[in-house]
Amino acid sequence: MSDITLNATAAAPEAAPRSPPISQVGLLAWLRANLFSGWLSTLVTLALAYLIIRWAAGFVEWGILNAVWSVPNNQTQACRDLKGIGACWAVVTEKHRFILFGTYPFEEHWRPALCILLFIGLYVVSAMRRFWRKELAFVWAGVLALIGVLMWGGVLGLPYVPQERWGGLVITLILATFGLAFAFPLAILVALGRRSKLPAIKAICVLYVELIRGVPLISLLFMASVMFPLFLPEGMNIDKLLRAQIAIILFAGAYLAEVVRGGLQALPKGQYEAADALGLSYWQKTGFIILPQALRLVIPPLVNTFIGFFKDTSLVLIIGIFDLLTAGKTAIIEPAWQGFGIEVYVTVGAIYFVFCFAMSKYSQGLEAELNRHRRR
Amino acid sequence: MSDAAIDPRSLRAPPKRPIRLSWSDERVRAIVWQVLVVGVIGFILWWLWSNTVHNLEVRRIATGFGFLGREAGLPIAEHVIDYSPTDTYFRALLVGLLNTLKVAVIGIVLATILGTLIGVARLSKNWLLAKLAAVYVEVIRDLPLLLQLLFWYAILQGLPGPRQALHPAAGVFLSNRGLKLPWIEWQDAHSFALLACLLGAVITWLYRRAVLARQMQDGQPRRVWPVALGLMLVLPIGVWFAAGAPWAVDWPELRGFNFRGGLTVSPEYFALLLGLVMYTAGFIAEIVRAGILAVPQGQWEAAQALGLHPGQVLRQIVLPQALRVIVPPMTSQYLNITKNSSLAVAIGYQDIVSIANTTLNQTGQAIEGIAIIMLVYLSISLSISLFMNWYNARIALVER
Repeated sequence: MSDITLNATAAAPEAAPRSPPISQVGLLAWLRANLFSGWLSTLVTLALAYLIIRWAAGFVEWGILNAVWSVPNNQTQACRDLKGIGACWAVVTEKHRFILFGTYPFEEHWRPALCILLFIGLYVVSAMRRFWRKELAFVWAGVLALIGVLMWGGVLGLPYVPQERWGGLVITLILATFGLAFAFPLAILVALGRRSKLPAIKAICVLYVELIRGVPLISLLFMASVMFPLFLPEGMNIDKLLRAQIAIILFAGAYLAEVVRGGLQALPKGQYEAADALGLSYWQKTGFIILPQALRLVIPPLVNTFIGFFKDTSLVLIIGIFDLLTAGKTAIIEPAWQGFGIEVYVTVGAIYFVFCFAMSKYSQGLEAELNRHRRR
Repeated sequence: MSDAAIDPRSLRAPPKRPIRLSWSDERVRAIVWQVLVVGVIGFILWWLWSNTVHNLEVRRIATGFGFLGREAGLPIAEHVIDYSPTDTYFRALLVGLLNTLKVAVIGIVLATILGTLIGVARLSKNWLLAKLAAVYVEVIRDLPLLLQLLFWYAILQGLPGPRQALHPAAGVFLSNRGLKLPWIEWQDAHSFALLACLLGAVITWLYRRAVLARQMQDGQPRRVWPVALGLMLVLPIGVWFAAGAPWAVDWPELRGFNFRGGLTVSPEYFALLLGLVMYTAGFIAEIVRAGILAVPQGQWEAAQALGLHPGQVLRQIVLPQALRVIVPPMTSQYLNITKNSSLAVAIGYQDIVSIANTTLNQTGQAIEGIAIIMLVYLSISLSISLFMNWYNARIALVER
């Protein structure tokens, strides 16, 4: 802009007609500013465009044009012939029920499918701000109980399905959702305990949080799978899924507690003092004044922690629990389907991605919305 | 605070009341609550402990770490130090620990480099580059790490065999047996040269400190780089020449069904490193981006107005301020890499978790095995935290 004004003052009035100024608006101007602003930028743009087009073309060729979508009764020769040239989506077509529902009885697949829908509905309802009320806790309890009934059966004419036969996506959702439902209250108690003035309680909470955060989740899962049976009195046994669930709750509790503590610390001291001045008891102060504000402050990081923790449920693969990823990995053990791991992992990855991406976008939107009042 | 007579705040403190045995006395409540909580937790722990002792007796499992001295008999494919299956469990676990450190340390370095590049790329004025980096970050962070590891491992296993190995550059072969690279034949002279280089780095660092102290006094800038060049490059090369200048490259070559010679990167290690680096780089990129954005635009402009050249602006003005924002979350990413390296067990890389797991399956010493895993990770976490806290304190804003 400044160049143009400079030229205008310097040029004599009777000078030859000048070329019009470079356009500042429109597609061309946008391209010039954002893609071709200099020789380096142009070089980067061209190199990247070449790579992207080549890669995308390769992917379309492999994944769509040359792909095999279904094969008759496990005859995978057609797929084997195209190895490296075309994708074998037939493995997904053939095994999708197994990947989603594991070894759940075939005729009863509508039950885990309904549970998955219930879970998604629960997430959607919880995500809406107009439902952020105390009653939401009852909705959670109700839906989780309903899911338990649906999965186990044994009542209302539903055949009983033992827990060993559950599997697939629904296990991932169960581990993540039940984990959150129990870890969250635990996290609040631990976070409060860590800020407590009582030395013994504070020490216990610090020890718990630091111990759990210092070790990988795998070691807790190993502990749940091999050490937990030793902890219980003889004859008493808890099934593997529940043991893994407990490990995940303990793990998530420590991480969520740190997030909640961040919220407690971010709250101005005046809020605590005002509550004390009103003569409220500790629990009244915490329940009515502190937590409603502190939790609201940390909702975006809480959602981010939840995303991490949703992904981490996949670690139960290592102790042999049948979640989505384990089901995917098991689907390709059968000799006929060996070697088609990439297709299965891409599919399973797409499912994880949909859930995590939705949560991630939601968290970003929420952060922007919650911060809006500060930017006035 | 200890000297109550001088501290004016103590004058305003309420006078000490004797403790009344009543629920309305705050101190009584505090003691009762603590006794209650400690009692309940103590009882639970005692109950678990007594069950465990009983169960161990019933199953006739002897506790203790005596098994560490026994012969392990477990083969380990990759080892940094000498190892054979006839060695003890202790040595096997040590090999596992070194394998964990090998992947963690290299992973931290590579993830930092890649993450910084992507973070800077996201801030690029080039729209395509910025969008591509954004898409990378979003996709990589929304997929479970374990899935990514299995994916990379599946790809590496799907590569052609050694005879049809991919051959992107001279001496580099990529096949389902892993990555093969040329490597110099290591001799004593190389060790001496490396040692000289390290020594040179230490002396350079001391020299730089002395020079900066002088500059603080007289304001004269002095060059450090000639000394650094001399000590860290010329000196090692001199040492190497003095030792006879041995130089031989070990090229990998196909013999029969596999490669001989060269440096081997196993598919397991390669998949683990690739997965860890790409996953963590996505998180590091966001941290770096946030750190750079946290430096106000005015700081760049003010530095330019002072007449500093771009390198100086970045080094002296922007980076010190950005690092303050970057270092604390970066610490937790480094801890995450180390902890996530334990996923190696899923793709068969023998790290400490994998070997401890095999050990506890072979010996039945479940408690000791898990205790070893936890102890190792707690000490690694603690060391990284301490180092990063020290570094953070060093670069922190010094306020009057």
